[in-house]
Order: sequence, then C-alpha cells, then structure tokens
Amino acid sequence: MLKFTDEHEWLKIEGDVATVGITAHAAEQLGDLVFVELPEAGTSLDKGATAATVESVKAASDVYCPLDGEIIESNQAIVDDPSLVNSDPQGAGWFFKLKLADPSAANALLDEAAYKELIA
Amino acid sequence: MDDHSPLKRTPLHALHVSLGARMVPFAGYDMPVQYPAGVMKEHLHTRGAAGLFDVSHMGQIILRPKSGKIEDAALALEKLVPVDVLGLGENRQRYGLFTNDQGGILDDLMIANRGDHLFLVVNAACKDADFAHLQDHLGATCDLALLDDRALIALQGPRAECVLAELWADIATMRFMDVAEAALHDVPCIISRSGYTGEDGFEISIPAASAEDVTRRILEHPDVLPIGLGARDSLRLEAGLCLYGNDIDTGTTPVEAALEWAMQKARRAGGAREGGFPGAPIILGQFAEGAGRRRVGLKPDGKAPVRGGAMLYADAQGHTQAGVVTSGGFGPSVDHPVAMGYVAAPYIANGTQLFAEVRGKYLPVTVSSLPFITPTYKR
Repeated sequence: MLKFTDEHEWLKIEGDVATVGITAHAAEQLGDLVFVELPEAGTSLDKGATAATVESVKAASDVYCPLDGEIIESNQAIVDDPSLVNSDPQGAGWFFKLKLADPSAANALLDEAAYKELIA
Repeated sequence: MDDHSPLKRTPLHALHVSLGARMVPFAGYDMPVQYPAGVMKEHLHTRGAAGLFDVSHMGQIILRPKSGKIEDAALALEKLVPVDVLGLGENRQRYGLFTNDQGGILDDLMIANRGDHLFLVVNAACKDADFAHLQDHLGATCDLALLDDRALIALQGPRAECVLAELWADIATMRFMDVAEAALHDVPCIISRSGYTGEDGFEISIPAASAEDVTRRILEHPDVLPIGLGARDSLRLEAGLCLYGNDIDTGTTPVEAALEWAMQKARRAGGAREGGFPGAPIILGQFAEGAGRRRVGLKPDGKAPVRGGAMLYADAQGHTQAGVVTSGGFGPSVDHPVAMGYVAAPYIANGTQLFAEVRGKYLPVTVSSLPFITPTYKR
C-alpha cells in the first residue's frame, strides 16, 4: 500500500512496517541535497515529530514522522550520498523504516490520486 | 519595508520567467533564486565557464560635482566613507563602506571615477536610505541621481572575458576594477571588471529598454548559463565576501568585519586625509588597538552545514560563548560546508577549534582563513 502525507512524504506499507521517503515533488523543490541526518534505529517517534533533517546548498528542512512508531532501520546510503534523494526519491533514496504503532492509522493518509491533486 | 506592497520587477523579470526561474521576494523585488539547472550546477558552471546574474535590483547612483571638478565630488564623498576616493584614478573603481557615528556599517558599495562624475552601486535593500544619506550630506556640492532606467547584469567566471570579447574586442585590455564605456550589440553600456563571486568577471550597466535584448544575446553563448540568487550567495560565501544585513550591518565596524583592506592609507592614522568620516575615532582606535571580536572563516569539520545564526562556543558542552555564525552553507566548489562569523579576540587565530550549536548538538568547526577558494581576478 502506497500512501502520502501533505508534508510531501511517501509511505510504502508492508504489514506493520512503513518505508518512508520524500516525494519527487519535495526533492525537486528542495534542490540538490548536500546533507541528510537520519534517526537512529530504536527511536520512538510521534506523528509530526522531526524524524530527519535534509539540507540543500541554501537551506535546512525537517522531515516529519508521518505516523506514530519506532524506527527500525535508516538508509545509510543517503547519508553517504545525499544526491540519491534527488536522483531516485521514491526508490534508492528512501529515508527510514518505521514499525507502526497502529497500522490502521495509515488509512487516513492520502492515496496517490489525492496527493497528485494536492501538488497539481 | 511594508510587507504588503507589491514586489518590484527588474527590466529582466519577463526573461527570468521565460527561462523557468523560481522567483522569490528579495529586497522588495521579485527575483530568480534559481533556474532549472539548480543551485549546485549554477554555482559550478560559474566557476567553470560563465554565469550571468541579474543585479538590476541594486541601486545605481550618479554624483556629479556642481563645480565641474571631480575632486570636489571625491572629497565630499570621503566625508561618508573611510575610503580614498580622491586617489581613485579615472575609470577605476573600488569597494567602499558607508559608516555611521558609532563606527557601524550603513551599507557597502562600489565607487567608480567616471571622469566628470562618480558612479556608485549600492545594495537594493539600502538604496533609498543611501540616496537620502547622500542627499543630506552631499546635496550642496553634487547633483545626485538614483538611476531607475538602467539594468545591471554581472557575467562572472573564467569564460566571461571570451564571451564579451566577441562583442567588444578591447575588453581584454581591462584589468580588475577598471571601468569602460562600450557598445554591446549597438547598445551603449558601462562595463566594470568586477563582481562578487571570487571569479574574474564583469558588471554591465545597460539602458533598461535594451537590457532584455542584450542579456538574451549574451545567454545565447554556449558557455553562459543564467544564475540565480541561491548560487550568488554560495559563490560569494566561498569567496569570503560579506553579505550586507548578514555579515555586516550597523552593529559591526569595518575593523571587526576584517575589512581594513577597504580603508586605504590616506584615510588611516598618519594618512594625508586621516579620519574625517563618520565613526572615525572608534574605527581608527580599533585599527590601532584591535577590536574585541573579528569576522573569520569557519570550516565545519563534519558534513553538516552550519548556517547563519548558529551560536559558537569554545567548548563542546556549550558553556563558554565564543561568537556567532553570520553566513553558512555548503560550498559546491570546495565540496564541503563553509561559513563565516564573528568570534571573540581570543579565538580568531586560524586553526582554533570551536563548536557550533546546530539542532541541539555542538559540532566542531575550525577557524579558517578566507576566502575558501582562490580568487581569479585579473589584476
């Protein structure tokens, strides 16, 4: 199941684990990323809490936790090479895997059609 | 400024939009922050080939001496800037600062001697205040005009000379900070060999009505890309150049800002026209004895950029304050974060380890000499 937030994150949900990243639209708006800071595995985060920070040449931006849960893995590849987020935002440029406290809460997020309408 | 007033547009606004620029408000103008290439590519292209910038939002001011003698305009302007204007040769330009009675900096500017008048370029956000300040103090000796019918573009980078030489062969005879008048595509322009990127390059003042045409033709050259404010900022930061309002303002003096080089011998203690500018006792006092703090380069040890506003500490726990970052970001040409800021006198030596507070962490940064790149000015 693929879901989106109005903060321009995507979630690929398999069982009770969501792989989270930022959308192509967000990556394009941010521009070339030069730095990514990710949460450590084991961190519990509430929905809306700052989960990661990305920096472009010009500015720093926060990436928010889309749902309540616990970080079980972060993508070291984008820390080593932040440009992966720009080149493949919805693939190799994923940010972290989140074990959802309540998987049914994902139903309230945007589906792809609703997200496309949001950024249109 | 009134936040509700409509944004002003430069004569090149339609061109920016047609090139796909992302437009943002800057100093009251709707300006391009980046084009489709993006900040990183625009920055690297400027250092590798040639970048074209619209700086028409900046103020272009003419000071014409009522006596007809350029010396009278030069001496009148010297009352407002700690700069040797009298010693500036015809068709030469130099960097300057307007100071206030407390020794603070009201604005930074370029001053050119155009033979029968002085030509100033000042910051967009300060131009109305600068013009009023000039009228108050120089109105008796000079006729002043803030030009609203000219655009200003900058062409910067190692290919800039070749690109313009196809339009005017004599451009190669200009040295850094020379000023000349020439026709580009039959349009009379005022050209200076200067800029604010650390690269060799030119700034070109063009009559507004012809500005889009001349600029479009220069952009047709395969070596030239349009460059937005985003890359302009990272280029000037790598070059160690101050952004007014960030790195210098009314709360910083020229000595604190490490801009002593902008004050020539004639205006310093023992010089032919020592002092005589606003704040001279404070500024010359700091010149002799040093200031309590100084602007320095800062190189973050890690990969995280350290931005303007970050506090600096002498220790990794954030107990002893050492200063503050005024500009910072990522330097695409040095492929590393770079910053500058003010640190207290005990910490100004190159190699000093300090710690910048970023998102609750204390990140190690090293005091480093400016600029971060080697300028390529054609002196």
